[in-house]
Amino acid sequence: MIEFQSVSKTFQKRAVLDDISLSFDAGARVALVGSNGAGKTTLIRCLLGEYVCNGNVRVGGVDPRADRQGVLARIGFVPQLPPPLKIPVGELINYSANLCNSDPKHMEEVAEQLGLSMDSIRNQPFVKLSGGQKQKLLIGIALGRESDVLVMDEPAANLDPESRKIFFSLLSERTQNSVMLMSSHRIDEIAALVNRVVELDRGQVVLDDHVADSIDPSAIQDCNLSLSRDEEALAKSLAEWGFTNGDGLNWSGTVAGPDRLRFLGMMSRYAGLISSLELK
Amino acid sequence: MLKSLSHTARLEFTESIRARWFLVYALVFGAVMVLLLASGLTESRVMGFTGLSRTLTMYIQICMAILPIFVLITMVRSVAGDREAGVLEYMLALPVSLGAWYWGKLLGRYVTVFMPVFLAVVVAVIWAAIRGFDVPWTEFAFSTGLLISLTWCFLGIGMLISTIAKTSDVAQGAAFTVWLVLLLFLDLILLGAMVREQLPHEVVVGIALLNPMQVFRTASMLVFDPELILMGPAAHVILDAMGRTGFLIYGFVYPAVFGTLSAYAGFLFFRRGDLQ
Repeated sequence: MIEFQSVSKTFQKRAVLDDISLSFDAGARVALVGSNGAGKTTLIRCLLGEYVCNGNVRVGGVDPRADRQGVLARIGFVPQLPPPLKIPVGELINYSANLCNSDPKHMEEVAEQLGLSMDSIRNQPFVKLSGGQKQKLLIGIALGRESDVLVMDEPAANLDPESRKIFFSLLSERTQNSVMLMSSHRIDEIAALVNRVVELDRGQVVLDDHVADSIDPSAIQDCNLSLSRDEEALAKSLAEWGFTNGDGLNWSGTVAGPDRLRFLGMMSRYAGLISSLELK
Repeated sequence: MLKSLSHTARLEFTESIRARWFLVYALVFGAVMVLLLASGLTESRVMGFTGLSRTLTMYIQICMAILPIFVLITMVRSVAGDREAGVLEYMLALPVSLGAWYWGKLLGRYVTVFMPVFLAVVVAVIWAAIRGFDVPWTEFAFSTGLLISLTWCFLGIGMLISTIAKTSDVAQGAAFTVWLVLLLFLDLILLGAMVREQLPHEVVVGIALLNPMQVFRTASMLVFDPELILMGPAAHVILDAMGRTGFLIYGFVYPAVFGTLSAYAGFLFFRRGDLQ
């Protein structure tokens, strides 16, 4: 569905993409990883037809520079940095829905599923929303429209654990016949959501690997945790993950399947306090 | 295409009227008109102008001085500023054609910048009607037409600069330079150059005819002062050659064409290169 053939891009004689060749078929869930300046955003912008590049980029056999509207009608996009738009949230949704021939109510429903209260923010300028609210709204716009390619740049970076659970569940509903391309500089953020990892370094593909995860992206796992002593910082972190405790030492809660690595990463900082930890 | 264009124009209008520059811009034009009306200018008679004609004449002259620089400075931040802020990355990832986005943005911005200028004139007309002055409808229509043309001209120039410039700071510098050059080639300044350098008449008249600010100045004065008593030498030569009607048509058409060609050149630059 998506083809990059010998794609190169230079800025002021510096190669940002160097002869990239990649192909993604329907069903591909791709993690595009790499450090800052590796070329992830440039590759995405070439895919969106925003950059002129050498080589060929095709989406469903069509050049995004030649038929922008046709190609972009198939792509839902969530940027890493939300645009500083002063227009009210409702106007942004209506504009996007009109261009995408979609129902604005569906976009709002997705945003509300992620925990956004549309009634209270509809007339607020987009730029005045918090980072998390902006991210939820842009995800709502991207997922609330018809598209068979989803391109997301650090999509879950500003989401709280509860919203991440819902976000992962929403993504799991649409992975069968579509391509999902997620960019992140940390693989643990998105590892469990993908079936392929492409790593870029200085504009070149240094790793292209298929991965398999037995867990359903929409799965929720119960977690029981016992601590050797009470620790305020850990208690605060667990509360943010939605965990509850009976006596200060025993905690229970749920973790979204794709968030296991991230949860365990957080817990690793308090490894000395853990008496037992069960995920099932 | 038309649907996307109208949606983009509406979005640009909604976005622009929330910007701080628009508040300052609208206040300046409102304040200018209020000061003109409050100063009793309408009731004074100087050099043959009286009533609303005098107020409109003064207003048009002030517009010529401040409208181009206001429009240029705010417009040049448009594409260059959006590029820097990451607005283009998101907005151009939506399924909108570049033509619909570019021209829609221009139209939306046009309505935004012309609205306060026109509303100030409407306020003057209402005020004159209330005070019992005759409203010079023909002059009002000509003046409005010339303001429409001048605004479009500088929006087009601003859009061109904005698409070429890599950053909004560079764009602002270029806009200021363009405005300064056009200001230096106004009729009265040309007169000094002509006397000092003994330039051929054809060169001076040619420059005066090519400078959209000078064309606006001459045409707007011609609306109220058919003999161009108040104008410099180039205007007299032009008037002799083209006649009043001919020049009024030229005064409306030339800046509009200049603005359209500038905007189209900007579109070609915009479409050709990296969008973000």
